[in-house]
Amino acid sequence: MRDKILYGIGAIALAIIVRNLLVMTTLPEEAQQGAIFKIIFFHVPVAMTAMMCAAAALIASVLFLITRNFKYDSLAVSVTEVGLAFLAANLVTGSIWGRVIWGVWWVWDARLTSALICWLLYAGYLMLRHAIEEPTQRATFAAVFSIFAFIDVPIVFFSIKWWRTQHPQPVFWGGGSFPPDWFAVFMWNWLAMVLLGILLTAVRLRQENAQREIDSLRRMAHAL
Amino acid sequence: MRFARLVWVVTVKDLRAELRTKEAINASLGFALVILILFSFAFERSIEGVREISGGLLWIVFAFAGTLILNRSFARELPNDCLDALIAAPIPGSALFLGKAFANFVLVLAVELVSLPIFGIFYNVQWTQQLPELMLVLLLGTWGLTVIGTIFSALTVNIRLREVMLPMLTYPIMVPALLGAMQLTSALVAGTPIGPDTSSWLKMLIGFDLIYTAVSLVLVETVLVG
Repeated sequence: MRDKILYGIGAIALAIIVRNLLVMTTLPEEAQQGAIFKIIFFHVPVAMTAMMCAAAALIASVLFLITRNFKYDSLAVSVTEVGLAFLAANLVTGSIWGRVIWGVWWVWDARLTSALICWLLYAGYLMLRHAIEEPTQRATFAAVFSIFAFIDVPIVFFSIKWWRTQHPQPVFWGGGSFPPDWFAVFMWNWLAMVLLGILLTAVRLRQENAQREIDSLRRMAHAL
Repeated sequence: MRFARLVWVVTVKDLRAELRTKEAINASLGFALVILILFSFAFERSIEGVREISGGLLWIVFAFAGTLILNRSFARELPNDCLDALIAAPIPGSALFLGKAFANFVLVLAVELVSLPIFGIFYNVQWTQQLPELMLVLLLGTWGLTVIGTIFSALTVNIRLREVMLPMLTYPIMVPALLGAMQLTSALVAGTPIGPDTSSWLKMLIGFDLIYTAVSLVLVETVLVG
């Protein structure tokens, strides 16, 4: 039953992405930037999906600390890994865009720098988990670190914003405008990315639960 | 009142233990000196150039050298199961945390106060032009480093690769505090007082200190007891 739901989500996400790719080829090229501008259809939705993953990781971590139920710990690690992948996709697509428009792969701009530090923080979360053997301690410390990391992201963002900014202002809340048919593709793509995120998290969650079960069976075998 | 006394007892205990053995502070001072010398090879040493990078240079030295002290903070309690005794002692975790944080703060600040004149001599910089404001930045920045370093010292004390994990986890979190302190220090060493364009950094530094002190106090019990 659960398998079928997951296959369904994957099929829907794939269908939306294929449809969007077809629509994207019919859209005209942006006046100043040309075809490369269309990377925004992936660049921004993966960033927003990564942010949702970070928020989900925070909620799961807090819930673990309150309830001490390991299913929240599994959720936290799964959603963090998936979010890290989405954030990496965001950094890579942004870097490709920057190479074409700015002529360089990387600038130490506010958004780029804060996204990279955010990536480092959550990579640190996974490294911390790797360094702790005992499951309860691992889950507790990882949850505490996740809370610290989440609080840090807005402070990092605003502090680096004062430092320097070169990134284009956001299209939606920064005074830019998007034609309605472009906006529709954009939102559809976001939906596809969120579905993809849910699918990956569910697969990773299952793996995490299986791992936990194997560990407990192994401990039982040792005890016997 | 009793809480303040407990914090004081832990602080004095840590400082006394450190001053008797001097294991962390000597290593930290030596390390600060080595990095200061290494930086002289890395950068152009014209007076203008050094003034521009002084904030960055100093705070990287402070962060690196400080980590050595912070690493020892909880690791020192591991032999003879002292950490278990401290956790079992009838004092709140927040008092233990604050006491250790204050002790670390004093030690890191001491390393910084020794490094500053050495920096002035080696790089031929008049760093005392805005001394009171520089001291304020030093206090705020150091508290930011210390509070993050102390809570993560507790977090990493029992795990594998402790010495690597502590800087790996703390430096990204410290970025806002380091950035603010670097900007302010560069301006103050160059002789510019804190003005309208740099005062937002000061506010950010204060905000960082307050937020993370509060979050650490809330979470420290969870970290210590598990």
